[in-house]
Amino acid sequence: MSYNWNWGVFLEPTVSGNDTYMGWLLTGLKWTVSLSLSAWVIALVVGSIVGILRTAPNRWLSGLATAYVELFRNIPLLVQLFIWYFVLPELLPEKMGMAFKQSNPLWQQFFAAMLCLGLFTAARVAEQVRAGIESLPKGQKAAGLAMGFTLPQVYRYVLMPMAYRIILPPITSEFLNIFKNSAVATTIGLIELSRQAQQLVDYTAQPYEAFIAVTLLYLMINVTVMYLMRHVEMKVRIPGFIGGK
Amino acid sequence: MYELDWTSIPGAIPLLLKGMMTTLEVTITAIIVGIIWGTVLAVARLGHNPVLSKLSAGYVNLFRSVPLVMVILWFYLIVPQALKAIFGDDIGDIRLASALVAFALFEAAYYSEIIRAGIQSVPKGQVSAGLALGLTQGQTMRMIVLPQAFRNMTPLLLTQAIILFQDTSLVYVIGLSDFFGTAYKVGDRDGRLVELLLFAGAIYFVICFSASQLVKRLQARFVK
Amino acid sequence: MKLLPSVLTAAVAAAFFAAPVVAQESATLKKVKDTGSITLGHRESSIPFSYYDDKQQVIGYAHEILLKIADAVKADQKMDKLDIKLMPVTSANRITLVQNGTVDIECGSTTNNTERQKQVSFSNTFFVIGTRIQVKKDGGIKDFPDLAGKNVVTTAGTTSERLLRKMNEEKKMGMNIISAKDHGESFLTLETGRAVAFMMDDALLYGEIAKAKKPADWAVVGTAQSKEAYGCMIRKDDPGFKKVVDGAIAKLQTSGEIDKIYAKWFMNPIPPKGLNLNMPMSDEMKALHKAPNDKAFE
Repeated sequence: MSYNWNWGVFLEPTVSGNDTYMGWLLTGLKWTVSLSLSAWVIALVVGSIVGILRTAPNRWLSGLATAYVELFRNIPLLVQLFIWYFVLPELLPEKMGMAFKQSNPLWQQFFAAMLCLGLFTAARVAEQVRAGIESLPKGQKAAGLAMGFTLPQVYRYVLMPMAYRIILPPITSEFLNIFKNSAVATTIGLIELSRQAQQLVDYTAQPYEAFIAVTLLYLMINVTVMYLMRHVEMKVRIPGFIGGK
Repeated sequence: MYELDWTSIPGAIPLLLKGMMTTLEVTITAIIVGIIWGTVLAVARLGHNPVLSKLSAGYVNLFRSVPLVMVILWFYLIVPQALKAIFGDDIGDIRLASALVAFALFEAAYYSEIIRAGIQSVPKGQVSAGLALGLTQGQTMRMIVLPQAFRNMTPLLLTQAIILFQDTSLVYVIGLSDFFGTAYKVGDRDGRLVELLLFAGAIYFVICFSASQLVKRLQARFVK
Repeated sequence: MKLLPSVLTAAVAAAFFAAPVVAQESATLKKVKDTGSITLGHRESSIPFSYYDDKQQVIGYAHEILLKIADAVKADQKMDKLDIKLMPVTSANRITLVQNGTVDIECGSTTNNTERQKQVSFSNTFFVIGTRIQVKKDGGIKDFPDLAGKNVVTTAGTTSERLLRKMNEEKKMGMNIISAKDHGESFLTLETGRAVAFMMDDALLYGEIAKAKKPADWAVVGTAQSKEAYGCMIRKDDPGFKKVVDGAIAKLQTSGEIDKIYAKWFMNPIPPKGLNLNMPMSDEMKALHKAPNDKAFE
């Protein structure tokens, strides 16, 4: 079976006539990037809190944090997304649920996907944060406390600045993961990159062009993030630690 | 307030079990093929042939940069003909076939990174010792390095298997009825999506949580 | 004038040779004969055309026609046994799957239009529908203009999706269009209150009502935005296969056998809930059955 390549297809106007297929791809890129970045903020904040709590001397707090990590790590991302999108609005008080469901669908999808992706990634970030804190010599905490810092101050001024730098490489790979995982949002209809790939296949009947273009865009995101993170890593490298490798 | 009604689940158990079999089929195939192909890739990457090493690195980086959803779609929408050319017309359900191939090739990239690290964790002296004993490069790799490497990385390989088990739910995008897909369809059919999704989540949790606890115990024994 | 005899000779020769050659050159028929199997594309939730009953068996009006076509293929190729493989397709992937050879023929709820004819070939028409909207009875929506500024759902990859997008753009209606994966998900979106209306082919909308928890709550309203002909999809440039498929459909229609099938799916209780769609045969359908054809309406 021969295939008619037609790269010009991206410049053709779409059915509704107000955009080109290239425009669709860029819209998809925009949603993928904004979804990933906003979910990343949630992941960093929640993940840091949960990770710190896991090392906390209080058994209840660390137990709660452990429960969080186990819960979010042991349910598939897709199932979590469907629970946020399909289940939660039904379990909310009816008025709230209805208000959510009748809002702009794009924002519903974005909001559900952002929460889902953010909290899912937070569990993984938390594990890195905990590992980072635990990798520090015990003496650092003791020294901080001996100097008269309160425990929160020890975390804030002594432990975390070190821990964050140590865990930068694994955190980078989580950051890359969040972009890849954002493709799951296609299943609830958010028009991110992989959804646009499927729409393009449907509307243009040029599957190879559509898929190649979208795959290249994902590669491009990947390379950009790696480049940026390498830059950050160089900047915050701790002298005397392995970072130089 | 929504009233939960679990009555549609008992009748759907046979269907759900059938779905779980599909999930396991994809998972186990991907683990086996992924580890074999991943080992080949890792050995090629660390080997002395620069072309093979570059090819292997390219393969791994490509698959690790693209979302799994895209990989599944690629294999489903674009490659059925290739599959047919290789396996002949009798490949049965093309969704299952393309999911099996997609997961095996995708997972191999991830496994190869774990295996590469495992191989690198074996002290260089072991290789020298093997060569000094008169073994060839291949024999040293097969009989000395890999057995130790696999012992070191077993917990990581198992953890990756749990992640893979969860990831198979993404075959939803090509409509294959795995455990999750079946749960969704039953929920949609009976208008009980909320209950079926919660049920599916609970089952995944129980399986993955128990498995990861087992891995933890195993890891403790390995580390000593 | 001198041309005429040679043209005639050529035409005669063509008629003599071409007919059997074309018939045999059908790639699909050859494949079916060689492998002893045919892959039929069906839908999962196009009620009452092609969908799963509660035992996950494929049933429906279009599916019955599809099985008759498979019989006709078997007879045409003089095969003792024809292995039938079923492959579920969605609105969004059906054309690709026909094109790339994953399925040999798709019969569900696919509209034959000129745009799609560039990609695939269509059989004789087996149903005629209008695209309208399904709404909640007491929701206050009567017709398309009422949808301005509202959330409206339709199924991805359908003609309705294109019509809706176009309407939204041209009339600046400010609708939020949700494209769901399949009709089941579209209806779920409507039923859970995420959208106030579901635009789709009217027969399918009645089918979704048959599946609803409370069928009495729903109505199909609005001026039909288009009239569309359903056909079976096959690969392009395969006249040999098309001939067999067309023949099978025409035979059903002219022999009156189709009336029984129609009554079974549109005038009697159907699975999964045993509801009767009560959709008498339209004049367009009656005309179609008298004169089978494969014409698209647009």
